[in-house]
Amino acid sequence: MTALGSIHDIPLGEGRTYAVDGRMVAVFRLRDGSLRATQAVCPHKGGPLADGQIDLRQVLCPMHLNAWDLTTGCSLSGQQDLTTYPVRLDDDQILLGE
Amino acid sequence: MKQRLVVIGNGMAGARTVEEILARGGDFEITMFGDEPYGNYNRIMLSNVLAGVEDESGIFLNDLSWYADNGITLHTGTRIERIDRAARVVHAADGSTTPYDKLIIATGSRAFVPPIPGIHRPGRGYHQGVFAFRTLDDTRAMIRYAKEHERAVVIGGGLLGLEAARGLQNHLSHVTLVHAAGHLMNTQLNEVAGATLKATIEQRLGIEVVVDGMTTEILGKHAVTGVKLGDGRVIPCDVVVVAAGIRANSEMAAESGLAVDRGIVVDDQMRVEDDIYAVGECAQHRGEVYGLVAPLWDQAKVLADHLTGVNPYAEYQGSRIATKLKVAGVDVAAMGLKEPEHEDDESLTFTEPRKGVYKHVIIRDGRLVGATLVGDVRKYAFLMQAFDRGLALPEERAELMFDLGGPAGEVPVADMADDDQVCNCNGVSKGAICSTVQSGCRTVSGVMDKTRAGKGCGTCKPLVQRIVEWAAGGEVEEDPAASYYVPGVPMPKSELMNAIRLHELRSVSAVFAKLGGQEDAKSKMGLASLLKMMWGGDYVDERDARFINDRVHANIQRDGTFSVVPQMKGGVTTPAQLKRIAEVAEKHDVPMVKLTGGQRIDLLGVPKERLPEIWADLDMPSGWAYGKSFRTVKTCVGSDYCRFGVGDSTALGIALEERYQGVEGPGKMKLAVTGCPRNCAEAYVKDLGVVAIDGGKWEIYVGGAAGAHVRKGDLLTTVGSAAEVITLTGRFLEYYRQNANWLERTYAFVPRVGIDRVREVVVDDKDGIAADLDAAMDATVSTYRDPWKDRDEPATPGQFRTSLPLTVLPQVPVRA
Ligand SMILES: Cc1cc2nc3c(=O)[nH]c(=O)nc-3n(C[C@H](O)[C@H](O)[C@H](O)COP(=O)(O)OP(=O)(O)OC[C@H]3O[C@@H](n4cnc5c(N)ncnc54)[C@H](O)[C@@H]3O)c2cc1C
Ligand code: HEM
Ligand code: SF4
Ligand code: SF4
Ligand code: FES
Repeated sequence: MTALGSIHDIPLGEGRTYAVDGRMVAVFRLRDGSLRATQAVCPHKGGPLADGQIDLRQVLCPMHLNAWDLTTGCSLSGQQDLTTYPVRLDDDQILLGE
Repeated sequence: MKQRLVVIGNGMAGARTVEEILARGGDFEITMFGDEPYGNYNRIMLSNVLAGVEDESGIFLNDLSWYADNGITLHTGTRIERIDRAARVVHAADGSTTPYDKLIIATGSRAFVPPIPGIHRPGRGYHQGVFAFRTLDDTRAMIRYAKEHERAVVIGGGLLGLEAARGLQNHLSHVTLVHAAGHLMNTQLNEVAGATLKATIEQRLGIEVVVDGMTTEILGKHAVTGVKLGDGRVIPCDVVVVAAGIRANSEMAAESGLAVDRGIVVDDQMRVEDDIYAVGECAQHRGEVYGLVAPLWDQAKVLADHLTGVNPYAEYQGSRIATKLKVAGVDVAAMGLKEPEHEDDESLTFTEPRKGVYKHVIIRDGRLVGATLVGDVRKYAFLMQAFDRGLALPEERAELMFDLGGPAGEVPVADMADDDQVCNCNGVSKGAICSTVQSGCRTVSGVMDKTRAGKGCGTCKPLVQRIVEWAAGGEVEEDPAASYYVPGVPMPKSELMNAIRLHELRSVSAVFAKLGGQEDAKSKMGLASLLKMMWGGDYVDERDARFINDRVHANIQRDGTFSVVPQMKGGVTTPAQLKRIAEVAEKHDVPMVKLTGGQRIDLLGVPKERLPEIWADLDMPSGWAYGKSFRTVKTCVGSDYCRFGVGDSTALGIALEERYQGVEGPGKMKLAVTGCPRNCAEAYVKDLGVVAIDGGKWEIYVGGAAGAHVRKGDLLTTVGSAAEVITLTGRFLEYYRQNANWLERTYAFVPRVGIDRVREVVVDDKDGIAADLDAAMDATVSTYRDPWKDRDEPATPGQFRTSLPLTVLPQVPVRA
């Protein structure tokens, strides 16, 4: 498990990228307060997913607007699926991993 | 007890009528009889089955489970021989009788087989090797036989004969088409068009065509060996396909005592007599018997409206039909008249024989009454619409025949082959989309749901839409979602704006909560733009509703870096500004410095985290090269320097940009001011372009474009002063902001609303809202604040934190 820092680093409804053990992870803070974590690099053409727009279900890559399910990582637009990571909140600390 | 509805004929009209009845919640106990041993299939597609581009299994419209699921009793392979009108029952060939309360006759038609000696064999129906082309069984038998033989003759040079000839080529090596009339498709085409088509068929497809050819005999003792023509010529062959026309299957009705002429005679409710109706090719309405599916869709709707009581007074008014040949590589479409009839009928003709192109349109009293397109059917959908609805025609008559300034570089749908893949994600071909449309699905979203086309990456959606429009011949049905401003809130823009005002919704999340039910990422940006326009300073800005460009005031590039474009009003700069830009570029190792198409300087490849620093070093205002917003005003040097100039284009351009900088809207707004009609600043192709003309006047053009879509703007008005240009520009932009759909550029908005209407509102103030528009624009302008000034404190935590710190990105080459 890795602590990524304070939840206040991520504005509501946005995402931020973290480097964890050489991996790039995008963490999103949904408007219902919950967190999701996916690989940070878009499998389509390398777009920065944390710069994308989200709702309670999906993230849209800012580059070509492909969509992925934030919880399962499944592509909603015929692309490769995303790797997702378990992530949770402990007090105001973001904890990544089991 | 439920009323018993019996349908005789399980073809396209019968099954469609039942579908329409079910769609209206009609509550009948339904029994259907079909002579053919199958469920309902798409007869049109038999041509494609013969040509090998469609699989048999792909043409079925309703499988047997559909009948079961809808509680319909289907008797396949059962012919009805007689209707006993007194006893209200139908007698089937198998001896059974079935009572009805309402009866629909949809027996279609059959191939007309002319009385040519030798076409039949004593006691055995057709001579061996002779086929008609009407049913799936016909098609199967024909394919089986043709595969084992060499040479075919098709009798009949109409639509069906041409499609049969083309299809047969798929199975044997030599096909001759024999047509009794003087030119091909003589019902639909005039002589020149028919001759053009003949040349194409012969040269491009290698089918031999004989016109003025009366077949006088079919030769061969046991099997066909040839056909003999009236001039004594013999064409050797082992397959003969008769496509000499169709006859309505109305004998059964006639023998049962119903009124039959060339078809079963019906009134405007498709009624033959009380409780007995007829639809489809077997019906004769106002003297017309149709041989195409489009009229039958209309008939089915009327009959369903009437029978279910949804609209007991629904009336079928007849159909204006258009025909289109389904032969790959040979495009023919025709509607209405084939030759002018009156002295004052206007007619236009374009011929290009080398390419096999012939176009002919006939106009009467300003309306289209006939059109023929051979070899190039790109204007088909447009003409069909004009013809069908009697629309006003473009003043520039040539636009009836050619796309002037239409989207460049798009492959015309008509030129695509049926097996061309359209949706690369889900592997859907043009043919699959067309057959879905032909089977009656006429909304873009409906076709997308059925085929999965456009459901992948979505990039093919515009193409899917064009194909659906093309296949539906301009009869695409409105898809309610297509009118929504954003997908996640089911309302068109005006309704949405009213609701927002009514409930005082000032933030994107408030709109979702009140109107959309659920947050939708795809709708956020459009809503943010709309709310900002509506509420100005009172808008509650939620940063997550912004697209990344608007969060960091820069345009994201393919490698995740950003571009920085400082404002350069009217494209005018100074040595000091240039020096500063040069220094900043050097200091920050900006990989590429480029002049943009909007007359400014672009610093490309800037990492997100460096943006605030670069803005500070530049100390220039934002050029807004990233937003759905007012972008630039391009200018030429104008009267100050240019020897042709008649107006000070640079000064006016600067003034416009000064005032309207950064105004956001549903789409980008690119402007230009040019100092004389030589148009060096390309004002004719801008969202709003201003052209100085002699006498101190300015012309204002709106709705121009020179991107993926090229369009010359429409002249809005001519004014006498720069001040008026500035006012009207603001008023037009505000009108556009308030009324255009999300991402609808002015080149689409202006033609949609119509330039005359735009002028009424913006120039003539017919609606009396000019003052309101001006006030709204004033309010926006007065609250403008340069976003690059907000650089000392990030607006949100990590606003400028990189989203890609470590990864190897697709590298953008650095130019020395
Ligand atoms: C090869 C081919 C290509 C075509 N291409 C086009 C095209 O591109 N565009 C276009 O608009 N149109 C086209 N058509 C025409 C179109 O298929 C017809 O307009 C349409 O099928 C007519 O529908 P219908 O229901 O009236 O008749 P049908 O579809 O023929 O249905 C009538 C049904 O009733 C059955 N039947 C008849 N008598 C009885 C009885 N006594 N008892 C029980 N059942 C009975 C028949 O077996 C048949 O199944 C094409 C036709 C063919 C053959
Ligand atoms: C599907 C419907 C039809 C069937 C099953 C059918 C069947 C037959 C049969 C069995 C014969 C042979 C009779 C004999 O010589 O002893 C015949 C001959 C003939 N039929 Fe038809 N027929 C049909 C439709 C038509 C139509 C629509 C026409 C013309 C309008 C037509 C015109 C003729 C002629 C002219 C002959 C004599 C041909 C000859 O001597 O070779 N038939 N038909
Ligand atoms: S548009 Fe006219 S005024 Fe402007 S530079 Fe060209 S020629 Fe000169
Ligand atoms: S033309 Fe195409 S490649 Fe060039 S800048 Fe525009 S979008 Fe990019
Ligand atoms: S890079 Fe993410 S959608 Fe293309």
